Amino acid sequence: MDVKEAIEKMGFPIIPDEKSNAWQWFDVRELKLRYILSVEGIKKFYEGLKEGKLLATKCKCGRIFFPPQKDCPSCKKSEMDWIELKKEGVLETLTVIHVRPTSFSHYDPYAVGIAKLDDGVRILAWYRGEPKLKPGQRVKVEIVKRKEGYQTYELVPI
Amino acid sequence: MTGVAIIGVGHSVFGTRRDVNIPELCWESMKPAFENANLEPKDIEFFVVGNLGIWSSELAIPAIMAEYADLAPKGSMRVEAACATGSAAIRVGYTAIKSGLADLVLVLGVEKMQESPNPNVIELIGRFGSYFWEFENFGLTFPGYYAMHASAYMMKYGATEEDFAKVAVKAHHYAAKNPYAQFRKEIDVATVMKGPYVAWPLKLFDCSPITDGSACVILASEKKVKELGIEEKVWILSQGVGTGTANLSKREDFTSLASARYAAEQAYKLAGIDDPVKQLDGANVHDCFTAPEVIAYEDLGFCKRGEGYKLAREGQTYIGGKIPVNVDGGLKAKGHPIGATGVSMAVEAYKQLLRKADKGRQADIKNGRWLAHNIGGTGHYAYVTIYGLEKR
Repeated sequence: MDVKEAIEKMGFPIIPDEKSNAWQWFDVRELKLRYILSVEGIKKFYEGLKEGKLLATKCKCGRIFFPPQKDCPSCKKSEMDWIELKKEGVLETLTVIHVRPTSFSHYDPYAVGIAKLDDGVRILAWYRGEPKLKPGQRVKVEIVKRKEGYQTYELVPI
Repeated sequence: MTGVAIIGVGHSVFGTRRDVNIPELCWESMKPAFENANLEPKDIEFFVVGNLGIWSSELAIPAIMAEYADLAPKGSMRVEAACATGSAAIRVGYTAIKSGLADLVLVLGVEKMQESPNPNVIELIGRFGSYFWEFENFGLTFPGYYAMHASAYMMKYGATEEDFAKVAVKAHHYAAKNPYAQFRKEIDVATVMKGPYVAWPLKLFDCSPITDGSACVILASEKKVKELGIEEKVWILSQGVGTGTANLSKREDFTSLASARYAAEQAYKLAGIDDPVKQLDGANVHDCFTAPEVIAYEDLGFCKRGEGYKLAREGQTYIGGKIPVNVDGGLKAKGHPIGATGVSMAVEAYKQLLRKADKGRQADIKNGRWLAHNIGGTGHYAYVTIYGLEKR
């Protein structure tokens, strides 16, 4: 029974619970959530991705940020250099998401891993390959186009 | 500074609560807390509501309860710290009394997660890390975050999925004896192992459920305890609080939660505890999944790093073992109504220390100290609270 049928049958948007028979009011006001997030401060990251590069920010004090960050809390400066990361490192952990969120239900179960890149920063991304975790597994980062049609990055075993 | 005592507690039945709305569910734990403390709503000076709330209809629960339970016009707020929301609410009440601004504070934790269908809850709860870099781009779910800790832990120390399964078996063993628990039946290791993967290596029975529930404690200053002539009470001896990075990729390792170690260190120092296994009578730890219970043993110093799975394997955290843990069924089987969980742990500490726990799940109380370890997100927030029969 949907809300419309419930109103016709019960006189209200009320549907008794299948198990307990307790009356449930089904919200007539539906909300769809979609956020709008500013990426102005890290737009070079996306320009880099388009060219197949994985970029991080590096402060004059030497601190590297990935995911890229506009401001450095160590020296309070915001004049970052954009550097290209070496796209290789060691896989540190892995999972396979079997129960997917609805917004990812158009994908098969996917593996997500975290690797420590040779530059010292860690990166979290989808893992393409047999999802087995073993000590010291070397991986590379590949820039790929995802189903939705935009560039992203993935971890691939070497 | 004044000591702060819990002088009244209440707990709703946890589970699928389609029989009640939000204020009715809140009242279910508030009423016994008032009766227990022999107080009326008008006596309360300030109240705090721990509620995450994104999946349920009412956002202004303090106002809803001010109306429903005659608490208006007293001051209040709603607080949030992901799955540590309940402990954050206790933190606010505790500090309000410590600072001398209030003598009687009611702390309520509530969540009605089942006002939204499960797919929406899964969608929303996956966002408790770095929404943008982890969820939006890579669809990490909440079990996924902890699964990455479980797999790293297994790789480093040689723990097995069966070791984690034993944590679930223990949780169900005690939940079966807890009339407020969501899953009141025993299971065995084979049942856990047969379950489908949610996020490898975690399976269905490694995961805490989606739960409706509320829990309530009434906190009082030393002065108020005397004035009211309260005999049955439990003191908050100390509380340590920590915060972790949003992105898991900003952390050094995935076999421990740095924020939890930090919170434990503070709590132990303030309570004068240097050997937790010997000085505590038991603990409630944040077992939103089985693997993090094992990691909690280590972060809390119940054993050395890398040996937590052995405690699980050997059954050392049952009553009668090295240290009883989650003998109320834990989040795993008692249920995990997000905002209520930390408050439920306080209720359990009160019951255990005053020897009011149900038959078959009462720990042996020798030291008069109980610990609650409540984590928000995957170590994004960490609260470690030590409760005691004797004021320090």
